[in-house]
Amino acid sequence: MSAATPQAMMPNVNPASPARRALRRLLRRRGAMLGLVIVVFFVLLALFAPVIAPYDPIATSWSAVRKAPSMQYLFGTDEIGRDVLSRVVWGARASLLAGLVSVGISMALGVPIGLLAAYVGGWTDSLISRFTDSMLAVPFLILAIALAAFLGPSLSNAMIAIGVSATPIFIRLTRAQVLAVKVEDFVEAARAVGNPHWRIALRHILPNVLSPLIVQATLAIAAAIIAEASLSFLGLGQQPPAPSWGSMLNTAKNYVDNAPWMAVWPGLAIFLLVLSFNLLGDGLRDALDPKHM
Amino acid sequence: MLHYLLKRLAAIVPTIFFVTIIIFGLQQLLPGDPAVILAGEDQDPNVIAYLQKKMHLDEPLPVRYGYWIAGVVHGDLGESLRIQQPVLGLIEEKLPVTLELAVIAMLIALVIGIPAGIVSAVGKDTVWDYAANVIALWGLSTPNFWLGILMILLFSVSLGWLPASGYVSPFEDLQANLAAMIMPAFVLGNAIAAVLMRHTRSAMLQVLNADYVRTARAKGLDERSVVLKHALRNALTPIITLGALEFGTLLSGAVLTEQVFSIPGFGKLIVDAVFNRDYAVVQGVVLFTSSVYIVLNLLADLAYFLVNPRLRG
Repeated sequence: MSAATPQAMMPNVNPASPARRALRRLLRRRGAMLGLVIVVFFVLLALFAPVIAPYDPIATSWSAVRKAPSMQYLFGTDEIGRDVLSRVVWGARASLLAGLVSVGISMALGVPIGLLAAYVGGWTDSLISRFTDSMLAVPFLILAIALAAFLGPSLSNAMIAIGVSATPIFIRLTRAQVLAVKVEDFVEAARAVGNPHWRIALRHILPNVLSPLIVQATLAIAAAIIAEASLSFLGLGQQPPAPSWGSMLNTAKNYVDNAPWMAVWPGLAIFLLVLSFNLLGDGLRDALDPKHM
Repeated sequence: MLHYLLKRLAAIVPTIFFVTIIIFGLQQLLPGDPAVILAGEDQDPNVIAYLQKKMHLDEPLPVRYGYWIAGVVHGDLGESLRIQQPVLGLIEEKLPVTLELAVIAMLIALVIGIPAGIVSAVGKDTVWDYAANVIALWGLSTPNFWLGILMILLFSVSLGWLPASGYVSPFEDLQANLAAMIMPAFVLGNAIAAVLMRHTRSAMLQVLNADYVRTARAKGLDERSVVLKHALRNALTPIITLGALEFGTLLSGAVLTEQVFSIPGFGKLIVDAVFNRDYAVVQGVVLFTSSVYIVLNLLADLAYFLVNPRLRG
């Protein structure tokens, strides 16, 4: 009987809870831990950018145009004499913000809509599912580019565009998970004792579909960071002179023959941050869903 | 068979309907009067008046959608304000370039991804498996425009082997065309190779444990023909359909890759349109891309259906 009561299914109730066991499995995965360390590193970089960056990221200097890396400028300088290291450090803010905010938007829209579709069913479900299919028919980045183009170029519009474009993935995932969970005995039991619908959906179903959503969110942050860099690379994200890795690469491609360092560092930063979220996501999937192995 | 076909075809109708709603809806995101914004920086009153009339801006929204969709059905995707050309004509002109890029990229992805996936599944938990997984993770995490710049740095600037940019039509000079296409195609195929590798690996792992593979081994077939003839053939089916679905990734990737290598294709068309605020072109390109994607998806489903006798019933 105890397995069927809602309380027993909730995470964080006793020391051997599924959440605790998943955490232990996660801590044993070297790849995931490496990912976590890099993520924490970039978060600290973004938080303490004013202290860490040796120079003002937007201060130009005509006496230090396209200087190769040296003790004075560790990563070199760009085409108008700005310190590349300082811009890479400050650029972490735009990338992390874009990753977190876009995925926040996708989840805030996608999870309730998916929950609604699966829980209510019928026409509501058909309508939402067809609409989700349509959004998925437009390639993710093309939809994001189109949305950003119509909304106008800025970092916040880029985040909205990316967030909205990634929403159908969360609708579909939440819907599929809820459909599987809502026929379980403990949901039936919760309904039998007279819980209202909202309480069943939020307290009994939602906590049981969280694992795949957490995995998907982590991988989606990686995709959103690449998407933000792509939009900035095309001039649709963070606007100059504010530093962002994507727009730094856009300028760098014009100077690749005489100032290659301008292209190396921002790209490496994007790569490392995206890699770390991918590693963390893969690790979380293995830890939360042992069957997947 | 016919029943399935009809059902599958009918399912497309609402999808396409909602896609057109989304694309038409993009216009509503423009702040202010669309005609004024679409008229561009010149703000020519004649152009504004022409646009207001052409877009039926005095009519209610559903009626405007009706006019727009009627045009689309007749192949009228609107007109580029910048170059005064029909959008469909522009797409037809640019598409072959991107198509060539996409085909070469897909070939590269298949040649790298599938063997890597097989090796990694057969040698599960060995150094090979580990190496293949590391390479796949690299492929998934590298922004392709950065990889493009790095390749230009190595092969064009340092070694001087390949041109950094400049597109040559294959009908003019095939060798120059391939020299200009190989780097962008590799950049584009790289990420898809990683996806294919991961899927081949998991499909192969599933199949390698199947009963009929054990039977093949038990009757004394050598491992090579067990893997390549018995296992791979069955593992390939889902991978083929995946190839069609990766078309979206190819087109998205082409937008950035063409920008890096200055290739005058489909991706460059949408980027230029975005910069020139040529919104009709943006809408047209998105509509065209999604329609092709939906059709490819349908074809992949049908192919899957045809090669899988159990579904035919």
